[in-house]
Amino acid sequence: MKEHSKHLVPGLVILVFGVAAPFLFPNYVFQFAILWLMITFALTWDTMGGQMGYNSLGNIVFFGVGMYVSALIQVGLYYDIGDYTAAYGAIKVDYTMEQYFTGLILGLIAAGLFAVVVAVAFGSIVFGLRGPYFAIGTLGVALAAGELIGAWDWVGAGSGISMPVYPGDPDDRALLYYFLLFVLGVATFLFLMCLYSTRFGLAINAIRDDEEKAEAMGIHTKRHKTVAWSISAFFLGISGGVFGNMAGFIEPLEVAFPTVTFGIFMVVMSLLGGKGTLWGPVLGATLFHIVKEVTWTQLLGWQWVVLGLLIIINVVFFQQGIIGWAQDKWPERFGIVVEEDAGGLTDQETAEVLTGKGAG
Amino acid sequence: MELIEVSGVSKSYGGVVANKQVSLKVPRGRITGLIGPNGSGKTTLFNSIVGYHPIDEGSIMFEGKEISHLRVQEIARLGLLRTFQQTRIYSKMDCIKNMLISVPHRTATFRDMFRPYSPELTDKAEHLLEFVGLYAKRRLISGDLSFGQQKLLEFAMALMSEPEVLLLDEPTAGINPTLINGLIDRLKRANEEFGITLFVIEHNMRVIMNLAENIYCIAHGEMLAEGTPKQIQNDQRVIDAYLGAH
Repeated sequence: MKEHSKHLVPGLVILVFGVAAPFLFPNYVFQFAILWLMITFALTWDTMGGQMGYNSLGNIVFFGVGMYVSALIQVGLYYDIGDYTAAYGAIKVDYTMEQYFTGLILGLIAAGLFAVVVAVAFGSIVFGLRGPYFAIGTLGVALAAGELIGAWDWVGAGSGISMPVYPGDPDDRALLYYFLLFVLGVATFLFLMCLYSTRFGLAINAIRDDEEKAEAMGIHTKRHKTVAWSISAFFLGISGGVFGNMAGFIEPLEVAFPTVTFGIFMVVMSLLGGKGTLWGPVLGATLFHIVKEVTWTQLLGWQWVVLGLLIIINVVFFQQGIIGWAQDKWPERFGIVVEEDAGGLTDQETAEVLTGKGAG
Repeated sequence: MELIEVSGVSKSYGGVVANKQVSLKVPRGRITGLIGPNGSGKTTLFNSIVGYHPIDEGSIMFEGKEISHLRVQEIARLGLLRTFQQTRIYSKMDCIKNMLISVPHRTATFRDMFRPYSPELTDKAEHLLEFVGLYAKRRLISGDLSFGQQKLLEFAMALMSEPEVLLLDEPTAGINPTLINGLIDRLKRANEEFGITLFVIEHNMRVIMNLAENIYCIAHGEMLAEGTPKQIQNDQRVIDAYLGAH
């Protein structure tokens, strides 16, 4: 855990802020909830795009799939899904607390697991593609997924599904979904922090730097790629399930598979903060969300221009993102140093290590 | 028993015949050389052996087992490893990480993916870096090293994965003359002390004559001559091939 200790102070500050924020700023609970969603987006995108070098433009598929799976389970536990969707919201659900939470918990678990199944199937098709072809291939799948759901009557087609109504106080509901997204964001961060410190972290970095070399060295590249994507999919699937409930109403193009908004934001936030780093996506998502919300309220009409400008400045001047830029400027703070201490090893000792008689 | 036995291997790209009925043997525990003029098909043969592309005909045996139908990763996991002519390392990671990810993947199970690195492995990585003279630079990003140092790192990575046999594609190309002597010395030590069989493509005649016990020469994709360094040096066909009489 020694190498994790440097994350302790910023981590604790964020935790305290995360718990206190909805009580300190009760008018902004929804905005803070979305911030945690954005952090989850950026972190899970970075596992693929930053750490492994596979720039996916289709990760939004897992978000949408999770959202629909969760909705279908929450509704399907107590109603016939076909009848429910055919009624276009005319059937008013009246769940007890117990019914509501049973559906929600089962729905979120299923959302994560089913997203993993989709990732494994999806991966077996697109992992043959490299570089820009992978990006375009995944983008195509994401766009197609939205259209396919939109043509499927049983799940409400383009008219979507109204989610079960929370049987309690609206303020409690806001807090519930805030804390679900908060816990999800923190869990994603902690999980990835541990994951990146194992062999898995180095292996996906190796795939990013030179996949052909990794193959020539015998690394199980396919296995690592599938697992990395499954992990992204798991957290994204749950986030989709939570967001669908928070939104109250889901439909395929704008809410479940928003490829050109959420789908692209994931990429932009990672690049902004510094892809391939642990804190970069967190920083990028926070900054991006603040800029986006401020321009939406203060500069309405110009919001897309400002966002576009931010992306251009990022791509032209800070290609490695904020953390990457800091690393280039102060390499010694990131442990990138020449250490002259040669260790004073004799040839005999070296030979012992190499032949496995010594420490090796 | 021969460690690698190539018999009658042919490979062509479209109409270009890169290898034609090539046969050779790499005995266990020895250093075998492969020379030939530019474009004679040396690297193609290496690529065929490590499973980079399917061969048109012939057979490639490793430890008595046919491997010509296996894929790159499967062959690498058998302990048959290659380095690249253009030098390939993981350029955005530091030297230690380059070394750690090069542990043998022969027996890696699904759960092994999530294991941390033991202090013993870090220790071994550091010692190997010292063996090639890169210990002081172990925390530097490997892509920032000089070309020669990257070659040394690639060699150290290969040693880290404890191969049975190492196929080296021009290990001294682009390295300054002082460093070359050190590299020859280390290659010989890897062979003598750790028992790693070496199969080396080399253009530098001084290096290969010094290093290899047995040398094969190919030209125009065909096997031209085989022998000790002395025999090869005095072989009129080899001299003609290099001077372009062929």
